[in-house]
Amino acid sequence: MEILTTVLSVSLISGGLALIIVMSEHFLNNYGECRLDINKGEKQLTVNGGSSLLASLSEHKIYLPSACGGKATCGLCKVQVLEGAGPILPTEIPYLSKEEIEQGYRLSCQVKVKTNIALLIPEELFNIRAYQTTVDRIDKLTHDIKGIRLRLPDDEEMSFKAGQYVQLHTKPYGKVKDSVFRAYSIASVPSERKEVELIIRLVPEGICTTYVHEHLSEGDPVMISGPYGDFYLRGNCSELVMIAGGSGLAPIRSIIYDVLEKGLDLKMNFFFGAVTKKDLYYLDEFAGLAARNGNFIFIPALSAPRPEDEWEGETGLITEVVDRFVENADDKEAYLCGSPGMINACLNVLGNKGFDQDKIFYDKF
Amino acid sequence: MFGNGINPFVIFFASILTSNMILSNFLGMCSYISISSEYKTASGLGKSVTLVMVITNMINYLVYKFLIVPLGLEYLRYIIFIMVIAATVQVMELAMDRFLPDLHVKLGIFLPLITVNCAILGTTLFIIIRDYDFLQSVLFGLGSGLGWWLAISALAAIREKMAKNKLPKGLAGPGITFIITGIMALAFIGFSGIFTIT
Repeated sequence: MEILTTVLSVSLISGGLALIIVMSEHFLNNYGECRLDINKGEKQLTVNGGSSLLASLSEHKIYLPSACGGKATCGLCKVQVLEGAGPILPTEIPYLSKEEIEQGYRLSCQVKVKTNIALLIPEELFNIRAYQTTVDRIDKLTHDIKGIRLRLPDDEEMSFKAGQYVQLHTKPYGKVKDSVFRAYSIASVPSERKEVELIIRLVPEGICTTYVHEHLSEGDPVMISGPYGDFYLRGNCSELVMIAGGSGLAPIRSIIYDVLEKGLDLKMNFFFGAVTKKDLYYLDEFAGLAARNGNFIFIPALSAPRPEDEWEGETGLITEVVDRFVENADDKEAYLCGSPGMINACLNVLGNKGFDQDKIFYDKF
Repeated sequence: MFGNGINPFVIFFASILTSNMILSNFLGMCSYISISSEYKTASGLGKSVTLVMVITNMINYLVYKFLIVPLGLEYLRYIIFIMVIAATVQVMELAMDRFLPDLHVKLGIFLPLITVNCAILGTTLFIIIRDYDFLQSVLFGLGSGLGWWLAISALAAIREKMAKNKLPKGLAGPGITFIITGIMALAFIGFSGIFTIT
């Protein structure tokens, strides 16, 4: 009997207190409908006031980066608020510089929506989302490189610029207990909004590449987020010099298809470097493209071809090949993707040819 | 010697000085140690504690007299007090954010921290054990809160001064803070002649 009254009274009292909280939440935390004006009228959202700006935005599928989940400990969810955010809170100050505070930057997890708010969200962020994709196809491109094709859910599309990348989120497997994410450039053309192709080279002991190479099969679900990155086609020139090594071919492939598809008046030179013939892939595809398009020149090069490769193409380090083929920097932009060693060597060569720093774009990995 | 009959104002001053929550009862130490490196923040926390102490003590007193005692639930009082404190703080934060946004900016961020501050529950339990009446409880709550504020502000001021000095590695941080607290407690014993209730 005593147990019963104990349980009953504790339940009643906690129930009563919960009711009080719910009621006060309803009356005190009810700020009515508030309008969020994003990028000066570009997008208008109507939200119910009372929750944080971060949560209100994510309800409308606008995801600001956030690692701590709204506890003001990571400082990633910064946005520039023009009006309506109220005074800055002591919890935010450690994460904002003086300039940022002057410009109205706030941590969106700490700003509570109480009235209409006007804010600026960078265009790139606006576009970033998480997608639950399905593996459509896995191709073995070389002995250690795989091409994977991911299909987006039926009702979703991704718009990205040729050259940008996505983050691929792994699931725990084998001894790896955590989920990790790694960045991979998109190899498919931006006009294909329902599918994303990635080119992934197996890194010995690499958590994510091992996951992709050994634990992923066709039909599996894979979470990706993106698009990210500022390596994308500018096209303020008449000729492109593109240099890739290994799986660095991915963003270049996207750019080439994008240029051809849009019919841009750009001459393209693509230098693709590998060690031996077994490291090369997509040869026929690019050779075919070059044969059909007069403004596209494809130059694969091997640094150490073996006799059995019967290689008749260019040989030598990719920098030597670029040095032989590129005469000057006149009205040219350069796009590089590959290992840091390759990029640094190429930056030297291109610098000697007269390329300005702001005409060279690269993605080191 | 406690209970009705003691002048509430004696209780008020005694709870600030001679029976200070931190320096004689050592309650509410976690936030006292961790949030005392900066005077401004510490003072804000102290004010919030004072506010919450007064309000939750009033409510807990009423809950005890009119709910717990009539229903014979004394053995559940700890659980009930904690739930009441948590709920009160929650509602206070919402109300403050709504009606006093400026105050919320200054004190509101400390409110969730205070929910689990043992000094708050401690004051309520002292009130029950010592059988205070309503006025005594309110003034005891106010006094204890002010005492807590005084102690953490003093400590934070000392730590801020000390930040410029070099300390042996092993003493830096909580180590020296405990020693300072001990010395402060000794100093507060000096007040004990003023009031006779402790």
